[in-house]
Amino acid sequence: MLKLERRATPSSIMSVASPLLAAVGMLITGFVLFKVLGKDPVEAFYLFFVKPVSTTYGIGELLLKTTPLLLCGLGLALGFRANVWNIGAEGQLTMGAIAGGGVALWFGDSESAFALPLMLLAGVLGGMAWAAIPAFLRTRFNTNEILVTLMLVYISQLVLSWLVHGPWRDPQGLNYPQSQGFGDAETMSILISGTRVTWGIVYALGLALVAWIFSQKTFAGFRMQVAGLAPAAAAYAGFSEKRNIWIALMICGATAGLAGVCEVAGPIGRLQQQISPGYGFAAIIVAWIGRLHPIGVVFGALLMSLLYLGGEAAQMGMGLPSAITGLFQGLLLFYLLAADLFITFRLKRVAPVEVNTLKPPVRAETAA
Amino acid sequence: MNPIVPMIASTVVAATPLIYAALGETVVERSGVLNLGIEGMMLIGAVTGFATTYATGSAALGFLAAACAAVALSLLFGFLTLNLQTNQVATGLALTLFGIGLSAFVGYNYAGLPVNRLTPITIPGLTAIPVVGDLLFHYDIMVYLSIALFVGVQWFLTKSRTGLTLRAIGESPSVAHSIGKSVLKTRYLAVMFGGAMAGIAGAYLSLVQTPMWVEGMSAGKGWIALALVVFGTWKPTRIVVGAYLFGGVTQFQLFAQGFGLPIPTEFLSMLPYAATIIVLVIICRDPKTILLNQPASLGRSFHSAA
Repeated sequence: MLKLERRATPSSIMSVASPLLAAVGMLITGFVLFKVLGKDPVEAFYLFFVKPVSTTYGIGELLLKTTPLLLCGLGLALGFRANVWNIGAEGQLTMGAIAGGGVALWFGDSESAFALPLMLLAGVLGGMAWAAIPAFLRTRFNTNEILVTLMLVYISQLVLSWLVHGPWRDPQGLNYPQSQGFGDAETMSILISGTRVTWGIVYALGLALVAWIFSQKTFAGFRMQVAGLAPAAAAYAGFSEKRNIWIALMICGATAGLAGVCEVAGPIGRLQQQISPGYGFAAIIVAWIGRLHPIGVVFGALLMSLLYLGGEAAQMGMGLPSAITGLFQGLLLFYLLAADLFITFRLKRVAPVEVNTLKPPVRAETAA
Repeated sequence: MNPIVPMIASTVVAATPLIYAALGETVVERSGVLNLGIEGMMLIGAVTGFATTYATGSAALGFLAAACAAVALSLLFGFLTLNLQTNQVATGLALTLFGIGLSAFVGYNYAGLPVNRLTPITIPGLTAIPVVGDLLFHYDIMVYLSIALFVGVQWFLTKSRTGLTLRAIGESPSVAHSIGKSVLKTRYLAVMFGGAMAGIAGAYLSLVQTPMWVEGMSAGKGWIALALVVFGTWKPTRIVVGAYLFGGVTQFQLFAQGFGLPIPTEFLSMLPYAATIIVLVIICRDPKTILLNQPASLGRSFHSAA
């Protein structure tokens, strides 16, 4: 008989192995799913996971989609570590895109060298401003940030929709809900020729390094980690909970806002009704898969980006809806949560007990 | 005809899915479990209900199938959080993300197809009364069942013995466990009930409100239901009142059009989301309100080693 037993100390091996186990679980489920749908699983796997990245252009696309996922994932991971449940990175991304796009439209046909830096700055500030709302409401009015950040996603998307249907609509755009295209001075330059990947990925990777230094080497990062792992200890040490909440939300607002402006100043090149196919939500999974660790998040973002590419390929090559991406993403997170059990527990073989011992029942209540 | 009557009627229809989802979640949370997956379960309910009714022509079967599908999803949540003791917040989010993906995948071929709206029932003699008949006796059966659900949940939580056990488990699972109550069983049943209600709420969207299947059609209603539970301080009566208020807010668009207000539709569509934030701020402003009303063990795993 197998029994779950709590480990004396959490297993560090399992904490790295569990995302891999989750990925394997997802692949097995995907295999079965393709089989059930009447597709040849081997061919489907090739089309989904290998073919999209078999060309230079494909690698470029992978890095292109990795950029927003990585940026949002980094910010979210820092927050989740401190028990700040910001799930509205999608909204902060949208606001970043709006703010950066607004600056681009203001510059118009100007060739100014300030255009792009100011756009990026505006994007960062836009995301931060949007994240400041839940931070203020949580610290001042004790309002749950999960619900507030999520509601703000819907509001930001409606603001964007209003702008591209109304004041910012391109007069020459044949009534399409989109703004004027940005000029060269308002577009990020291409990193690898022959692809669409921009310098955004370099910024994102640089920020991953910065985030690693912040969380591992600074006192502020340490305070946030303690607040997440042992809130009581953090309070006893006098670490301000409010400061942690503000830092967590401001950082995520900044990175998500940057992600948004990198999208509109990069592959999209204008403001339009849809900026992101749910990068901000997928980044939640990226953060968990990456173990809330900046370096792990890089790998998580690459994997998630591959799932997006695979979904697109499945739609074109197999006639499957691209929503299969969302399905795989959800599965991955479920498997990860289940596999994480083995970080704190282990399976132990126990012999069936014959004698009824008069041991008092042991109870334990663990905080989630 | 008086324009106020159709406005109130549409408010009631808008509030009904919120009532189902929020009352279901109330029972879940009173047992100490926080399920953030309502949005995902609603979408699964919406697509299952739609597909079933499309295939069979029976709305009753549609609602039944929707409830069953959402219960299946809630069992997954239950297994992870109750057996494997995963973090309830993270697992609920996973459930929502999974539900969004799965429903979009399953519903791909159903997008844009028509289905007959569940028609309002007519009660001989009563529906024909002017104004009052339209206001009170001209809704679909699910509206009346939502009232019955409210009465049932209210009675269950305040008057029944099982309801008392459930609340005790929500306050202190270890104490309930020590007097021989099964925490696991009660919480499983609560989670399943919450799942069934979320599924019905979702099917109400795709069979009555819209009626068709659109990807991501719940548009945050699952999250608004979660906010309603907090707004109603975990009490069914307040939650139902809150749901009707929110139903009114979502129908404000009709009011504004009726009065010819020159506000862009996007801003009117923002109202329910903005209202949710405002309402949460008002309720949570005083930490005591939450402390006194929130089930004490909400969101915490319970591990019995005995």
